[in-house]
Amino acid sequence: MRVIKNKSIIDDEWSLKREIGNTDPIPSGNVILPFPFWQANRDELINSKKCHAIWIDGSIEIETIASDLQYFALIALDFPTFKDGRSYSHARLLRERYDFKGELRAIGDVLQDQLFFMERCGINSFRIRDGKDIEKALESFNVFSVNYQGAADDSVTISQQRKFK
Amino acid sequence: MYKYDNYDQTIVNERVEQFRDQTRRYLAGDLSDDEYRPLRLMNGLYIQTHAPMLRVAIPYGLLSSEQLRMLAHISRKYDKSYGHFSTRQNIQFNWPALETVPDILADLATVEMHAIQTSGNCIRNTTSDQFAGISKDEIEDPRPYCEIIRQWSTFHPEFSFLPRKFKIAVSGSKGDRAAAMVHDIGLYLVNNEKGETGFKVFVGGGLGRTPHIGKCIRNFLEKKYLLSYIEAILRVYNKFGRRDNIYKARIKILVNDVGQEEFGKQVEQEWLHIKEGILKLGQKEIDHAKSFFTSPMYSKDAIDDDSFEKARTANEDFKNWATRNLYSHKAPGYRAVIISLKAPGIAPGDATDEQMDFISDLSDEYSYGEIVVTHDQNLVLPNVKQGDLFALWEKLKTKNLATSNIGLLTDMICCPGLDFCSLANAGSIPIAKQINEKFNDLDYLHDIGDLKIKMSGCMNACGHHHVGHIGILGVDKKGQEFYQLTLGGSSESDACLGDRLGPAIPKIDVANVIAKLLDVYVKLREEDERFLDTYRRVGIAPFKENVYASH
Repeated sequence: MRVIKNKSIIDDEWSLKREIGNTDPIPSGNVILPFPFWQANRDELINSKKCHAIWIDGSIEIETIASDLQYFALIALDFPTFKDGRSYSHARLLRERYDFKGELRAIGDVLQDQLFFMERCGINSFRIRDGKDIEKALESFNVFSVNYQGAADDSVTISQQRKFK
Repeated sequence: MYKYDNYDQTIVNERVEQFRDQTRRYLAGDLSDDEYRPLRLMNGLYIQTHAPMLRVAIPYGLLSSEQLRMLAHISRKYDKSYGHFSTRQNIQFNWPALETVPDILADLATVEMHAIQTSGNCIRNTTSDQFAGISKDEIEDPRPYCEIIRQWSTFHPEFSFLPRKFKIAVSGSKGDRAAAMVHDIGLYLVNNEKGETGFKVFVGGGLGRTPHIGKCIRNFLEKKYLLSYIEAILRVYNKFGRRDNIYKARIKILVNDVGQEEFGKQVEQEWLHIKEGILKLGQKEIDHAKSFFTSPMYSKDAIDDDSFEKARTANEDFKNWATRNLYSHKAPGYRAVIISLKAPGIAPGDATDEQMDFISDLSDEYSYGEIVVTHDQNLVLPNVKQGDLFALWEKLKTKNLATSNIGLLTDMICCPGLDFCSLANAGSIPIAKQINEKFNDLDYLHDIGDLKIKMSGCMNACGHHHVGHIGILGVDKKGQEFYQLTLGGSSESDACLGDRLGPAIPKIDVANVIAKLLDVYVKLREEDERFLDTYRRVGIAPFKENVYASH
């Protein structure tokens, strides 16, 4: 499986576990686990000294995962449909308020025309929806060369370029 | 008015190319209908009953003569030689071919225009007062702040997939002409006790199926915090607004569910994190925006001209027009001229390419080349010398643009209705026609005086029927078009929602029922009371009785 990471296409080193019972055994390898599974097996997972990754959806309050961020190499944000924009706010909060430095990945209904917005919110890896052209999706990052407003991507805003700030 | 610099122009140009590629992929079958829909909607492109409809943004309603000429050109080249001005100060084209829309956007970009975020679940065109910058009761010109909001909201990465559409209005005066109380966010420029100017912030107003008047969550917001505060509101809404039911997804439902106080608290908490960050406006930034909205050099001797008074005395038709279609101006000897797009037999808000070109020329000759679109679907020339009014009126008459009906019964607000819109349950334009035919006596109309009739073809309320003095809502009853009337609504500073008159009435009876309502008004009014005032004094009972007693 290939993903886009930092604007390049790479082979994915993570596998995504969408569903797993909280009492099921901990899967081996690099697995992105549902956040409830992390909560249920937290101590054991931390002691295993592995790289950890979780996925969350828009319904969770970011504050509830904030104290565990240090353990995560990757947080995947779910877009159950591209019309559900809650994860954009999650991404910005993780980057701007909680200073999360690991990989932020978009999963779910991830499409070319949304990548620009996602990247600006601090998402740096993308699991493009099956059946969509991942090479073509890369073009999305080059559509706009200037941005009006600040976000998580540290781009220089127009207001800064106009020397107001 | 605001002029694009290289950055603004670059963004609009890049948008044209992006949409060209998206449309090409759609036509090639690489994008499904469902995937293309939000992309085209964010460019104002709907698929309607007969053809696509393209909505072009007119930020806070302000146009240059060059821009209006381009709109005329577009209507001629790509459409059926007319455009429809909407209640949100935008313009809609009803017949463009999908394949040509990227070219239309390219043409628009040459005059600093676009269709960005005129539809879709994102932040829409920020609207304002049609008399901004010229009215006597203005605390401060709201347009610089509208422009600041426009730029911040354009392609906002976090808020482009909101639960539902989001509309912001800014009013700069006490007499609210921006209908700010019925917007998702309504901002009023106000002075605090120290004499500083800032914003009073309302959230959760809106019409549609469940109409609400906005709730105040902050009495005074310093200007420098304008964007950070709005961003906080949007973030709370994006996180908690309902996404399970399209009819309960607007911010008004959220505010109503969690309560005004609690919602305000959540916004304030979020705001504390971001208020001093990158969104804080510097004085240079505010001054830059303000520098585009300066008054023209008004001529000092405009007030000395007495030809206007003479013409008014000598010519009864001109006097009628001057009584209804002029608005007083802060500069002595000047008036704002309201050009009625409500001539009998014309769909309210429609203008032909020829009329648009003509108005552009008149604005160059008489009003510093600016035109403003009103919420009532008329056009304004904001800066006309009183000495030019008679000549201007004579010219307007030649193109059917001098109907003396501003604020009168026939100055109706009307959505496109069943004739164009795929959502509508019933026609609006045929009702407007019926009303025009019934009430064709100008003396009677002037005698009835101020009366706002607002009409929507369905519950989505694009015609703002809830806030009409008389509201008309089209409903479908077993395949028949029926109309539900409401009385006593208002969208101004005394904003309130109308009361339901009674059972819906058949299509053929609408104008007759309005006549019965007006009979009651004429009988019961005291002195100079408007219809709305009489209604508020006497209540709904006598109106109800006169309409339904004979049925």
